[in-house]
Amino acid sequence: MNLRDYLKTHYILLDGGLGTLLQAAGMAPGELSERWSLTHPAELVKIHRDYFDAGSHIVNANTFGASPLKFAPDELERVIAAALENARAARESSRGTQPKWIALDVGPSGRMLKPYGDLTFADAVAAFAETVRLGVKHGADLIFIETMNDSYETKAALLAAKEQSDLPVFVSNAYGEDGKLMTGASPEAMVAMLEGMRADAIGVNCSLGPKALFPVVREYLRCASVPVIFKPNAGLPRVEDGRTVYDVEPMEFAADVAALAAEGVRAVGGCCGSTPVYIAALAAAMPQDAPAPIPPKEETVVSSYTHAVRFSNDPVLIGERINPTGKKRMKQALVERDIGYILNLAAAQEEAGVHILDVNVGLPEIDEPEMLETVVQEVQAVTALPLQLDTSDPAAMERALRCYNGKALVNSVNGTQKSMDAIFPLVQKYGGAVVALTLDERGIPEDAPARVEIAKRILHEAEKYGIDRKDILFDTLTVTVSAEPQAGMTTLAALREIRYGLGCHTVLGVSNISFGLPGRDILNGAFYALALENGLSGAIINPGSAAIMQSYHAYRALHALDARFEGYIGFVGSLASAAPVVSTGDVPVPAPAAVSGATELQRDIIKGFKQAAADKTAALLSLPEADPLAVINEEIIPALNTVGEGFEKKTVYLPQLLMSAEASAAAFEVIKSAMARSGNSGVSKGAVVIATVHGDIHDIGKNIVKLLLENYGFAVTDLGKDVPPETVADAVCALHAPLAGLSALMTTTVPAMAETIRLLRARAPWCKICVGGAVLTADYAAQIGADKYAKDAMETVRYAELICTAKED
Amino acid sequence: MTPVLTKTYGTLPLRRAEILRYARCPNGTAPPLLEECIAEAEATAEPGRVCYRIFDLAERGGALDLGFATTTSAALRRNLQDCRRVLVFAATAGLAFDRLISRYSRLSVTKSLFFQAIGTERVEAICDRFCADMAQELGGLRPRFSPGYGDLPLALQTPLTRALDCARRAGITLNESLLMTPSKSVTAIAGIIPNARETTAQTAPCAHCAAADCAYRRDT
Repeated sequence: MNLRDYLKTHYILLDGGLGTLLQAAGMAPGELSERWSLTHPAELVKIHRDYFDAGSHIVNANTFGASPLKFAPDELERVIAAALENARAARESSRGTQPKWIALDVGPSGRMLKPYGDLTFADAVAAFAETVRLGVKHGADLIFIETMNDSYETKAALLAAKEQSDLPVFVSNAYGEDGKLMTGASPEAMVAMLEGMRADAIGVNCSLGPKALFPVVREYLRCASVPVIFKPNAGLPRVEDGRTVYDVEPMEFAADVAALAAEGVRAVGGCCGSTPVYIAALAAAMPQDAPAPIPPKEETVVSSYTHAVRFSNDPVLIGERINPTGKKRMKQALVERDIGYILNLAAAQEEAGVHILDVNVGLPEIDEPEMLETVVQEVQAVTALPLQLDTSDPAAMERALRCYNGKALVNSVNGTQKSMDAIFPLVQKYGGAVVALTLDERGIPEDAPARVEIAKRILHEAEKYGIDRKDILFDTLTVTVSAEPQAGMTTLAALREIRYGLGCHTVLGVSNISFGLPGRDILNGAFYALALENGLSGAIINPGSAAIMQSYHAYRALHALDARFEGYIGFVGSLASAAPVVSTGDVPVPAPAAVSGATELQRDIIKGFKQAAADKTAALLSLPEADPLAVINEEIIPALNTVGEGFEKKTVYLPQLLMSAEASAAAFEVIKSAMARSGNSGVSKGAVVIATVHGDIHDIGKNIVKLLLENYGFAVTDLGKDVPPETVADAVCALHAPLAGLSALMTTTVPAMAETIRLLRARAPWCKICVGGAVLTADYAAQIGADKYAKDAMETVRYAELICTAKED
Repeated sequence: MTPVLTKTYGTLPLRRAEILRYARCPNGTAPPLLEECIAEAEATAEPGRVCYRIFDLAERGGALDLGFATTTSAALRRNLQDCRRVLVFAATAGLAFDRLISRYSRLSVTKSLFFQAIGTERVEAICDRFCADMAQELGGLRPRFSPGYGDLPLALQTPLTRALDCARRAGITLNESLLMTPSKSVTAIAGIIPNARETTAQTAPCAHCAAADCAYRRDT
């Protein structure tokens, strides 16, 4: 019998715990249980058979940890083959008459993915792919991904399962007491991602007993349109008279789990502590009737690795600032790979209250697919907001969708066959909600009915890929009224018809409406309000626009979407306090450094007032005949020197040094923006390549060095942490950098530092090498061949100045 | 040998002086920015989580058998003198700190320094409370001793985390360099004091460490 068909009309009984039973059979602590498939096949066959006899339809083979990250290739294949063979032997000898399937069990890799761990997403996918490939080869009936406590790793496993097989895939996650995955995902976010990637059944296992997981399972039932899995622990273990017992007894367990089956859960079983006795009790407690069909859920949802954002009558704000179109400073940042600039745009928009961030890095002079992938990963390390991936290059879209942690908003497809042929297969594979532009081969229709017709054609085409209409949001296209006075009305008419006639959600970029007219903010704010009243679900906007944010908060207040007017009152309050007062974040430790005789800007830098330093710099630059270089040399550098000398004399502590450095960085950013506008890219004192060496993930020291070096005018290329020697050498050679800075915090990674130095000496003999980090000393540094040991960031700056002035002479 | 058991800890009192020490700001006053970071950390804090197991000690061919691995570490042997059982545990303050550190390492170095310091203080607080609880439960504990201290190799992390099923019980995984994620995690071994006459040792925690010029060294 076909499992997918059976699942449509039947409950599925899964198996129970395996590890607990193997330990009871004598497996030693820390032993890799998968080896028991080879050494103790009889025990495995018996456990599996007991589950089949108890009524299990699906038994998970003993492959939970069978990963190439834990086993050598030949042993990996042997443990997987034996595990599946044992399960088959159990199936053949079981007296159970129910249909029976054997799952390749896929547990976590045991390694954490970047950015929190050191495993890349691509390596994780490759590892899971190998396990799945072997599972398919040795006859698994389905893939059962389980106990995953990280959304990103779950995605890697599911992607591998889908790419390596056509078998059904069940995906089950382990939630903590807080109802979230360890890396933060809510059930709703997981449902969005996993359904989008077309898992056959999704749900919850391990971590807690049945009752404690009820709220999580009910969230799955509320959100999911696919079958839901529930496989809890038999409560928590404790020791009683030297024996391990779990605190939920079989009958209670069965009653609890079966109760959720009656509420709509389709596949049930047990995890740690549950045994064939529990599963037999559960089989007896299950509802007798066939399960009710699963009602499809019509919500339009995108997600990040923590939460979902739902499109509804409550308007969604999509921040538009990460986009180089018409922004010289952003273009410069992309060309110089100044990712920090982009990340600050992300954080600022999040603070301003947007719900989703648009990410567009399209620029002819850069490798857009590579850059989009990098920026998506970096932005996801900084903010938990869902992203709207914005590119016209399908190759870039695929790279971004693949690495995106969640269910993305895809911007965009349009009614041309070419676009639909390129984008819909990506959405079919990776999931996502799509923004569809109502234009086609003939361009943008001038009237609203023709735009609605295109929308219908797009929906029809999407259906061929199994993409539900709830996952298409239409953009009826904003064109400036200065060229065509009717344009605004046409956009709104099409919007209304699609939202209320077709019943689909809508998205608009608002600001084009006013192009070519003065006072654009006024028109934008009014058009946004009109669009909301005509059915706009999400707007791509600049949250820095007062008019837009006014319309947003007023609309929500007037439409009874803002309980107790909290959003509105908070917004109005923020307008009142928007006068340039120093935010609490900028109040520093009173700096012991002397500030008498300093200018106002210098005082702000010394005291670490970030915003004030930026504002004063902007004021200085707005003066007639302002000279940015003079601001740097006469204002910022002397202030930095005051603090730096204080640090060297130990009158200033590290946090104070850093706050001053951040304030001066804010001042520099203002200068950079001004120079970008005037087409001046500035001058640097010299290129410095810095990295935390391979194997080491401590980067705070390196980040401090970077900040200070930049403050003093060096062009720093920061390669990050855990950087292989070749990458350092490549960067030094490419830039012909006179100085490289290497950091290591652990004795175990100093050899990697020595290795990097050896490679640099061979490939870049001109380059001076400065090292630092907790385990190093001047002697140790000399031993491994470094030119300089710097005990802190200031000493690195002094050395860099020495090296780079020497070069100039 | 017991099965792997777990304990969780809600909010433990914050020790500001410790945070300042970890932030290399030993002048005793917390700057407002630190208070802001503390508030942000508290808003996203997860309960502290500990998984642990008690093993019997044995002598095996000149090496110490810890029940999940053997070691020849002289420092650990000294620490476990006369003990017949050990408490082995892994504690974590959770991934929330990695998220904050990851975010601010890209946005504000000062804040990422403070979050490093707060996270370190948090996981130490969890360890201290857990050990105090267990000392009471088991009748006294020697000071905890972690892989990487003295001559106890970091390589012990692999069998230790496996024996404690750390990934599943506490969400702790190792990377290729045997460092833990979440980064604010601690693994340790504590000898269970064999008879009630000896009380839990109260020596200065840094007294036996050779790194005399360490920036974090404590005299008490």
